[in-house]
Amino acid sequence: MVRSLLLAAALVAPALSFAGNTTVKGSDTMVVLAQRWAEAWMKQQPSKKVQVTGGGSGTGIAALINGTTDVATVSRTMKADEKAKLEARGATPVETAVARDGVAVYVNSANPVESLTVEQLRGIYLGDVTNWKQVGGKDAPIVIYSRENSSGTYVFVKEHVLKGEDFAPQAQTLPGTAAVVNAVSKEKNGIGYGGGAYARGVKELRVDGIAPTKEAVLSGKYPLSRPLFVYTKGAPAGEVKEFIDFCLSQAGQKIVTDVGYFPVK
Amino acid sequence: MDAAAITLGGPPATPARSRRRQRREAAIEAAITLVALTGIAAVALIFVFVAKEALPLLLDPAVRGEASLSKLFLPQLLRVGKPEGFMWQPVSTIPKVSMIPLFIGTLKTTIVAMLVAVPVGVAAALFSAEFAPRRVREVVKPVIELLAGIPSVVLGFFALMVLASVLQGAFGFTFRLNAVVAGLALAVTVVPVVFTVSEDALTAVPRSYREASLALGATRWETAWRVVLPAAAPGVLAAVVLGFGRAIGETMIVLMASGNAAITSWSFGDSVRTLSATIAAEMGEVVFGGAHYSILFFIGVELFLFTFVLNTAAGAIVHRLVRRMTASDA
Repeated sequence: MVRSLLLAAALVAPALSFAGNTTVKGSDTMVVLAQRWAEAWMKQQPSKKVQVTGGGSGTGIAALINGTTDVATVSRTMKADEKAKLEARGATPVETAVARDGVAVYVNSANPVESLTVEQLRGIYLGDVTNWKQVGGKDAPIVIYSRENSSGTYVFVKEHVLKGEDFAPQAQTLPGTAAVVNAVSKEKNGIGYGGGAYARGVKELRVDGIAPTKEAVLSGKYPLSRPLFVYTKGAPAGEVKEFIDFCLSQAGQKIVTDVGYFPVK
Repeated sequence: MDAAAITLGGPPATPARSRRRQRREAAIEAAITLVALTGIAAVALIFVFVAKEALPLLLDPAVRGEASLSKLFLPQLLRVGKPEGFMWQPVSTIPKVSMIPLFIGTLKTTIVAMLVAVPVGVAAALFSAEFAPRRVREVVKPVIELLAGIPSVVLGFFALMVLASVLQGAFGFTFRLNAVVAGLALAVTVVPVVFTVSEDALTAVPRSYREASLALGATRWETAWRVVLPAAAPGVLAAVVLGFGRAIGETMIVLMASGNAAITSWSFGDSVRTLSATIAAEMGEVVFGGAHYSILFFIGVELFLFTFVLNTAAGAIVHRLVRRMTASDA
């Protein structure tokens, strides 16, 4: 629900932004990270202002296309049609990798299942596998939680797990990773996915036998790992460049670790 | 009216004064008309704006390719080798934009809410208007009306965290968040609407009706049930329609408590995705002018039309009821 409020804030934010501010908008997965960066940056440079809002990677890119944000935080690579829309407005998107994330798969702590293969996950999220006993668990229906389609994590799972196919209609879509974690912690037959930084009170599954540890995510051995990007219109310049340079600095990358993601430098 | 104003006092009327007064009245009348027209104009303009954004669905060939009317309302091929069906997956390599699961979802939550809220609201109104001692009434009425003041986010949060677990424990639902949870939470917002309007209608029934009924030997219960309630039927019906409008348009509660899964099934234990929640959840992400954007506005048009048709139909029924009752009075 915090995320819905952020969404509402994201809708009104463009009207509030004014010159001299750097606006950062996009991925819900990255909103906490971007906020910490902004706070640390503004402490270092009190004259600079950075506004951070979430709403989803798609929201961030839409805002970049519509010219209502300077920086879009995106937890996936930009789609071809998004690139085309941006280029149609005379700008080339420039991508900077700022962190790495592992998409964790959560189940309820009471669930005996410890590990699933990507293929099993695919079956579950396509709706072909509907009972836990089919994947080595108890005889109980699988209750699937997913994210809203504005979420970068949604697109990531759709592309990397479902190979572009559609989520089963019975997948419940919740606003925000925190909501998914909360739902799975209350639903003993539930399964959900989200950024690794949020997993509290639920069990993280191993995927293809590999746990989402730092080494596995950084090396890319963990199957569901991804880079986190910031996108700008053209090469970053001025205050925007200073801010992105800060994110990539030692202090910025330390914040990445603090929030629960993995540094790229 | 002029004559009344003169007899009510003020300096004796001279032709000049009376003309000035007429002018003033005309100005006031014009101002009131203007205010009323502003309201109508606002509604009309909002509708025009929403409809304009949905129009590419009918006109723009690129948008129509992604979301033609048959894709919106008829069964489509979902996966190779599976039977055709209805699916809402607007972000996809091949977007599936069927309205049917959303209609069903909205209908299910609304039915649950109305099944609970109408009996409760009308019964509470009947109790408050006919049976409750004045002191009780002075407590019951404001308390129920206070329900209307609870922000829907708070209700949604309560339904999400508490109600869902309680109901799952009691009925063993597979899905923790489902149509029943969302519908019950919705009912809390609908009850005060139904209560307030029906209560006003019941208290407006002339005293002579009750006196006549009691004088003929009817009990208080018979009087309330067979005389007062039927006499207030148009008002109660209006209350139900208003409550329905509230239930169908409510967004935050269903967004939080319904599970938002666009399933095409009639089981009330399944998760549902409603029209209003779909707009709220997806509007933040769409690119202006795309097919998905137009579809979301089209959903807005549908919600607008539903309430409009319903209000008009209810208006007609109320009109007929009133005419029939006043005719039998004469």
